[in-house]
Amino acid sequence: MRISLFITCYNDTLFPATGQAVVRLLERLGHTVEFDPEQTCCGQMHYNTGYQREAMPLLRRFVDIYKDAEAVCVPSSSCVAMMRDHYPKMAAEQSDPGLVRAVEDLLPRVYELTELLVHRFGIEDVGAYFPHRVTYHASCHSQRSLHLGDVPLRLLRRVRGIDLVDLPNIDRCCGFGGTFAIKMGDVSAAMLADKMKDVENTGAEVVTAVDTSCLMHIFGGLHRARAGVRMAHIAEILAPTEADVVPEGAGA
Amino acid sequence: MTIRVSEADRAPSFQKAALPLLEDAQLRKNVRHATDVIQSKRALVVGQTPDWQDLRTAGSAIKAHTLLHLDRYLEQFEKACTAAGGHVHWASDADEANRIVVGLVKEYGGNEVIKIKTMTSEEIGLNEALEREGIHAHETDLAEVIIQLGNDKSSHIVGPAIHKNRSQVRQIFRERMNLPNLGDTPEELTAAARHYLREKFLRVKIGISGANFLIAETGSVCIVESEGNGRMCLTLPKVLISLAGIEKVIPRFQDLEVFLQSLPRSATGERMNPYNSVWTGMRPDDGPQHFHVVLLDNGRTGILADPEARQTLHCIRCGACLNTCPVYRQTGGHAYGSSYSGPIGAILTPQLLQMQHGTSLPYASSLCGACYEACPVKINIPEVLIHLRGRVVREKKSALDPEALAMKTAAAIFTSRRRFEAAQRLGRIAQWPLVSHGWMRNLPGMLGNWTRVRDLRALPEQTFRAWWKQREKAGANGSPTPSAPLRSARRIVEDPSHG
Repeated sequence: MRISLFITCYNDTLFPATGQAVVRLLERLGHTVEFDPEQTCCGQMHYNTGYQREAMPLLRRFVDIYKDAEAVCVPSSSCVAMMRDHYPKMAAEQSDPGLVRAVEDLLPRVYELTELLVHRFGIEDVGAYFPHRVTYHASCHSQRSLHLGDVPLRLLRRVRGIDLVDLPNIDRCCGFGGTFAIKMGDVSAAMLADKMKDVENTGAEVVTAVDTSCLMHIFGGLHRARAGVRMAHIAEILAPTEADVVPEGAGA
Repeated sequence: MTIRVSEADRAPSFQKAALPLLEDAQLRKNVRHATDVIQSKRALVVGQTPDWQDLRTAGSAIKAHTLLHLDRYLEQFEKACTAAGGHVHWASDADEANRIVVGLVKEYGGNEVIKIKTMTSEEIGLNEALEREGIHAHETDLAEVIIQLGNDKSSHIVGPAIHKNRSQVRQIFRERMNLPNLGDTPEELTAAARHYLREKFLRVKIGISGANFLIAETGSVCIVESEGNGRMCLTLPKVLISLAGIEKVIPRFQDLEVFLQSLPRSATGERMNPYNSVWTGMRPDDGPQHFHVVLLDNGRTGILADPEARQTLHCIRCGACLNTCPVYRQTGGHAYGSSYSGPIGAILTPQLLQMQHGTSLPYASSLCGACYEACPVKINIPEVLIHLRGRVVREKKSALDPEALAMKTAAAIFTSRRRFEAAQRLGRIAQWPLVSHGWMRNLPGMLGNWTRVRDLRALPEQTFRAWWKQREKAGANGSPTPSAPLRSARRIVEDPSHG
């Protein structure tokens, strides 16, 4: 399948390894990945902070870039939630029937990464190898907007070598919430403290999720605490195979 | 018109009010414990209700329908209630409602009243208004007794004293009931409260209640409760005054079927409330001989006029959104500056106050959506929060506000590939004084709120798009760039700290 990648602004800028893993994974599964460099941001930060007018051009931009895509892959549930939950209403408010139709037509072809794998391709075993103790955090939008349920866990359970441990309070918000972490920094820090405690109690070395943004928050706190837990977007766990892993001490 | 919601017009911003609460380890432990207990009970009974989602849909539909015909149903209620011997009063704001209640109490010659827990009376500041006229209001709901005797404020719409534990309650009772040897078992505490309250039930001749539901068809009022103290207030006094927001009306008696299933499950995790009282007007020689209903607007029609936020008025005050909210869990209810706390308070208070006060409240949420999922009448609270944030930005922010400037700049960057790529390059250059060993630990300005407790990884050498471009070029030359996961897998093996 020809898959158009919407990498998201923060993965592009801050977490290129996530995008590289998505490309590797999809190509490994036999798909063609395309990346249009005209893409920037879905508008979520503006929309959710109250700058809804400023988000509108970003909707138009997204629709223009992807209107002819066979499938759009987005490695971020919150960006997909932004599109599904708000784009139809935003378009309707523009009194532009063409835009409303374009959004309606495009949205069914937009997939969060694990949705694409499990719901569209119908695969759970992607042939990955990841010999680490991992715990999975169910990000808010993945649970309550995309209703992913155990889809990401079904993929993780099939990874070779993985030691997957349950995260207590798996679906409780980590306190990120976009600009919430800045505007309500102290309350967000208290929420983060709860999440860090849960993650550390699992004894995992890696915390994963379908959203790098939540992981940036959780890992930001864990790193400050020198907790010895690192983050990996789920794509970075699903992409590597046994052939990729260089034996210890083999050097770069 | 003076719309007032508790003391929200004088309350500090949410982030300021939260600070001392976050410091209060006892309060935080109490709130965590209480909300965890209620939530697990709720999860159990909701799980045993196979048509739970249908109940939510039905509850939402009844409320949406009623709000579209609110004038008709309120007038129908007034007519039916009046025909059954009740008196209906209309109050446009808090002051008018207080004047009506104070006037009635004086008319019937009382200088004290007994009260069932009513958040609406806390909204309008009724106890204070009565006190100013020399009328003492005795709270009779156990939690409200604790709040009243402790000179405290309620912090939860269902369990106002949820932030207190047993030993704190004992301390209040010891001091205020003059019981120096009181123990802290539930039996001893309830026995003390019972003794304290019984005397008032038997003596005071005027009762004041709120209302869970007003039934238009029959003119009935419905109140659900757990203690039976409410039933005392509804049946023993000679005069009963019920205060109700206009959104409390439902069309038919039959509609109770839905709400009397969804409300107790959501509020206290019970399949049914222990006490369900429904009464219609007045009956000679049985119960109160004078019955008054005060219908309160106090900003509600303003909410009704906003189609996007109207669903706020679906609320049946079950408190499920508070119990599930990860923000409420940390701060408790006092941070919200009004009798309405948690996610519902964050949307209700600023709207009642016409967005003139409480404008930090729509931001007191990470938009995690747990409230919407728990709501028995399907109020999409995150959607309303975002809508209200839009109003805050449009109505309040000056163009020179630092946040507004940052957002407009970001918008300009995101609307152009050239500007976006330039900003990525510039960020990589500009960050160098802030970066130490690949991390930023002390950012300036608003971003400093992030780095006070969190590190931020420095912008990497290469963006994804730069990697892609390089890969395309190499691919065209027949030697593709080594795949990223290979490198990241290597890094995992080599460097367990991953940065």
